[in-house]
Amino acid sequence: MSDLAEADLYSRLSHDGLWLKSGPLSLHIRSDEPVVSEAIAALYPDHALADADFADFHVRVGRAEGLRRWIRPQVLFHLDGRTPFKPLPRAQSFAMLEWGINWCIATYCHQYLVIHAGVIERNGFAAILPAPPGSGKSTLTAALIQRGWRLCSDELTLLDPATAQVIALARPVNLKNKSIDVIRAFEPGTVFGPECPDTHKGRVAHLRPPRESVLRVGEGATPRWVIFPQWAAGVPLTTKAIPRAEAFIELAENAFNYSMLGETGFETLAKTIDACDCMSLRYSDLDEAVAAFERLAEDARQ
Amino acid sequence: MICDALLPLLRAPAMAERLTLADWDKVIRQARNANLSARIAWDLEQHGLLDAVPPGPRQHLIAARAVGQRQRIATLAEVDRVRRAIEQSGNRLVLLKGAAYLAAGLPASHGRVFGDIDLLVPHGRLADAESMLMCHGWVSSHLDAYDQRYYRQWMHELPPLRHMNRGSALDVHHNILPLSARHPPDANLLLEAAVPAEHTPGVWVLAPADMVLHSACHLFHEGELDNGMRDLVDLDGLLRHFSAQPGFWATLEQRAALLHLERPLRYALRMCALMLETPIPDTTLAFGGAWPSDLRERLLEQLYLRGLRPNDPTAGDRWTPLALHMLYLRGHWLRMPPHLLVAHLGRKAWRQWTGRSDEDDSDPDALTPEQQIQK
Repeated sequence: MSDLAEADLYSRLSHDGLWLKSGPLSLHIRSDEPVVSEAIAALYPDHALADADFADFHVRVGRAEGLRRWIRPQVLFHLDGRTPFKPLPRAQSFAMLEWGINWCIATYCHQYLVIHAGVIERNGFAAILPAPPGSGKSTLTAALIQRGWRLCSDELTLLDPATAQVIALARPVNLKNKSIDVIRAFEPGTVFGPECPDTHKGRVAHLRPPRESVLRVGEGATPRWVIFPQWAAGVPLTTKAIPRAEAFIELAENAFNYSMLGETGFETLAKTIDACDCMSLRYSDLDEAVAAFERLAEDARQ
Repeated sequence: MICDALLPLLRAPAMAERLTLADWDKVIRQARNANLSARIAWDLEQHGLLDAVPPGPRQHLIAARAVGQRQRIATLAEVDRVRRAIEQSGNRLVLLKGAAYLAAGLPASHGRVFGDIDLLVPHGRLADAESMLMCHGWVSSHLDAYDQRYYRQWMHELPPLRHMNRGSALDVHHNILPLSARHPPDANLLLEAAVPAEHTPGVWVLAPADMVLHSACHLFHEGELDNGMRDLVDLDGLLRHFSAQPGFWATLEQRAALLHLERPLRYALRMCALMLETPIPDTTLAFGGAWPSDLRERLLEQLYLRGLRPNDPTAGDRWTPLALHMLYLRGHWLRMPPHLLVAHLGRKAWRQWTGRSDEDDSDPDALTPEQQIQK
């Protein structure tokens, strides 16, 4: 991707489209919104181009028709010939593309058990971080991948039913509001895409995935921990073991297709949980949290 | 030139072996669009060809197969719950469309995607059925007073019901065409001829010929053809299966005449033969005269040749958007007399303009696991 000049990237996106690899998936992306091109140039420099013959998803972010084409323009997300979502203001084009791709994976990729959770890897072992929005899951993921953990995904944990291994996507990390400033302060060298000021989620920006995470995206990871993070101001770091049965139910509730997969979903989740230590983690300070993850990784090596 | 990638594969699954990766690209996106992925997966599996599909597209077929299998189980479980509620209201459960094919164990149910459960209740028993369904948790979904009145006054079904906890959707019909249509059939004839569903005790389905006629009149009165090809595949599956029964074709013609459904049957037979090469006897194909009998039929054929394709840009030609538009208007035209039509379309346009969309579209970042319940 980084071999593409920015002008070439824009011309591809606005004409025949960009064919991009993200882990096991090939994406064919079209958009003539300059902000999409700018964000892709900033956030996907290390991703491989995909062959232009087969794509898992053909997606496009384009201007909505009608009056709104000219007055306060809006954009629509297209999957094949359909537009599954309401239009959004044009400034949110790239955010809409990222959300849309997540939606495609969560809605169609039932070859995997798909869990709404961040997932990172160290020494071949994966930590799954399921949590409701606002729990600091993405912030924690963003911090850990600056400190030696490999990013598999910040939103979607894909588990392969055949092997119970984590399949990585290595797409940009979506951060909101204060988290953006927290991560900028935590690691000044991080690269962000263009910031989007006022989505209905608040301020949104995407973080470029570390180069190594992208290059190693094809490597699987063995689930080793299920950690439910909870950020709270001013609290000391505490971890608490969670019974496996409880973690199982929590993970199942955070899965997009657990019941859809029936027995396969149960078997996959059971294999995953059996191999994992399950705990909750309350923290206020990112450095402390990173150190706690470091200790977990050290213990697992022995 | 209209080139969809699905029809050739549906007609002759063995051709899968000759498809390139670029061909598969079109198959997967069009099948996803037409809700036929699970059907394609089923066909290929029956022919032992699923494992020969290249890994990229195969993943999608495997995913679709999982959805299909799950939906079969979930739909049958839900049908049983509906049956209990309907029986308590003193009626018997007569299923229509997809859920009926499944309950009757018909081949048309293989690899089919199921959405709402459709049932037919005598008009006089609607109130009982609705209140008992409500006791069991199915409530009218959030429609405003206009929608409620529109359904109850003009339509052949109640406003859609949705289960409070499980999210399953029910369409309770009292006829198979709107009351405002020009020749609504006598629903009692359908109910009287209903037969027990072979694989699901306590559940009834329409008699074979009526089942075909309902499928035909549903498809060829419908203005929005998002599932057009899927519905045509249903018809093809029903015709192929029932044609083995002695006297089926003669009964089909008789019932069509009795129920005033000659026209939709003509269109159904013609389009099935044309697009899916459904084997239909010449005499039945010429039912009501040689095709096309007039300019209208000639035009409709051209419209449906486009309208019944996957709604994907790769599957149409430059006339496709116009064809879809005309079929949309035709659907409304058939549904109600002109003065109602103008009022109704005006209302819809106003809503769209003011941002109150009729579509059930969702928020892109409403990416919550609970979404799956809605599926």
